[in-house]
Amino acid sequence: MERGTREYTLWSIGIALVLVFAMIPVLWLISLSLKPSAAIADGRFVPSEISFENYESLFAGGIDASPFIKPLINSILIALSTTAISIVLASFAAYAIARLEFPGKRAILAGALAIAMFPPISTIGPLFDMWRAIGLYDTYPGLIIPYLTFSLPLAIYALVAFFREIPWELEQAAQVDGATPFQAFRKVIVPLAAPGMFTAAILVFIFAWNDFLFAISLTSSDASRTVPAALAFFTGESSFTEPTGSIAAAAVVVTVPIILFVLFFQRRIVSGLTAGAVKG
Amino acid sequence: MEAHAQPTGASERTRSERRLAWLLCAPAVVAMLAVTAYPIAYAIVLSVQSIDLRFPAEGGFVGLDNYASVLGSELWWTDLFNTVFLTVVSVSIELVLGMAIALVMHRAIFGRGAVRTGVLVPYGIITVVAAFSWQFAFAPDSGFVNGLPLISDDMDWFGDRFSSFAVIIMAEVWKTTPFMALLLLAGLVTIDGQLYEAAKVDGASAVQRFFRITLPLMKPAILVALLFRTLDAFRVFDTIYIMTAGAQDTESVSILGFNQLISRLNLGLGSAVSVLIFVCVLIVAFLYVRVLGTRVEEGRPVK
Repeated sequence: MERGTREYTLWSIGIALVLVFAMIPVLWLISLSLKPSAAIADGRFVPSEISFENYESLFAGGIDASPFIKPLINSILIALSTTAISIVLASFAAYAIARLEFPGKRAILAGALAIAMFPPISTIGPLFDMWRAIGLYDTYPGLIIPYLTFSLPLAIYALVAFFREIPWELEQAAQVDGATPFQAFRKVIVPLAAPGMFTAAILVFIFAWNDFLFAISLTSSDASRTVPAALAFFTGESSFTEPTGSIAAAAVVVTVPIILFVLFFQRRIVSGLTAGAVKG
Repeated sequence: MEAHAQPTGASERTRSERRLAWLLCAPAVVAMLAVTAYPIAYAIVLSVQSIDLRFPAEGGFVGLDNYASVLGSELWWTDLFNTVFLTVVSVSIELVLGMAIALVMHRAIFGRGAVRTGVLVPYGIITVVAAFSWQFAFAPDSGFVNGLPLISDDMDWFGDRFSSFAVIIMAEVWKTTPFMALLLLAGLVTIDGQLYEAAKVDGASAVQRFFRITLPLMKPAILVALLFRTLDAFRVFDTIYIMTAGAQDTESVSILGFNQLISRLNLGLGSAVSVLIFVCVLIVAFLYVRVLGTRVEEGRPVK
């Protein structure tokens, strides 16, 4: 059919455009990171020869000399700690909001929404001052605390939406069948709640992994500086060379694993990101 | 669904349920307030004092002097214009692109998974990393963009204010259109397919169906998506910091606040900027909420 073929072609072109546009920055970084330093400025999208020298220099000298290894460890530990704490706190709150009746439920949801809209820059000055006064400046908790604050609304909204879908009657049913309350919770509710909690965890992890403003304002050294902030301080091999190659290599290291992870769990992430957008 | 008020006759069971609920919510509520309510109050206190950490001896209460200096400076108004300009342009482009992608994802006969993949790649990338990638791509010496057809080989993208904005807006649109698309898609799937069938029977064209059915029914979803993206775009920081660091008059209000607070350590002036940004966000949120009415509570936080 004439119309069918034309429609098919149009869809294909549209989809191809979206994919190409989405992938360009990633492919470009991979390309840059594989160029030898002599060819870094050749402007070619596809490298003419491939070299791993950017990766070697990134990790050269081990944890003490490399400008990247310590920030990478900081990023991983800070994002994982934030995720763990945020999901525990958000699960408590989301369970209460989804299952229990209490005054103030709406206020908590509205407050969480307000915090999601809050401009982080407005907290930078006071936090900088407070953290220096109480010794949290340039420490892990100094970053984990603000990340918790700004990731909790995200986690609570996603988890409330998931928890409302769980058929909680099954818990009673299991107890009628002779399970203890703990067994009923562990064998029935936990497996049902786990996928939602996992999805919320991915969202929180990516939020903490992505942050730049707090990382650059509340740290001053490799003691707690995360990768996004460290990238801004990268310098070339000598003061006359641009750090383009090292930045590209570092960017690939922190990007490719996350992208593969995101693509692997894409269905879950889409449901988590849109949770509550349709029904409150 | 809400607890029906039974102030006097609340049973023991109801009361213990409430206690449990509050106990469960308390840690999250404390964690959320710790880094928002208290610091914003503290920022207000700082903003009426003269506090420059480079000159700790001088200081004291100065009333609204800091606000007068900020509002009297040309820099604040330039930066506010830049921020509003970037917000309006990028959110408008995102709305159109996001709607197109949402329609493709919703109606696609095939390739839905491919589009979803394309949409999630920008979401998974650190904003700073994406900003570096686009900056390298547009760099006159090492980038590939100037080698493309139709683009002058020696175009200096970051040498001029509005060409810098063009690159910044592109990077922002690339990074955040996925959110817009997913939020709009969530609204799109709630529309009853029978409406389209009925309209088709009545002879409505695809364009008519879009403007008469899709758009009106999606108004709440569109407004929620616009609200979140507007407020998110208003705090633009990462992309500008990496690409121009505010050169060529491309500074946003967030960069201004950061420079005063962290680079110049002028907590008094910087806090005045912070409070003014907070007030701007309140005004934008208030305007949207007025339009949205109560629907806003049903939205979801983004980012």
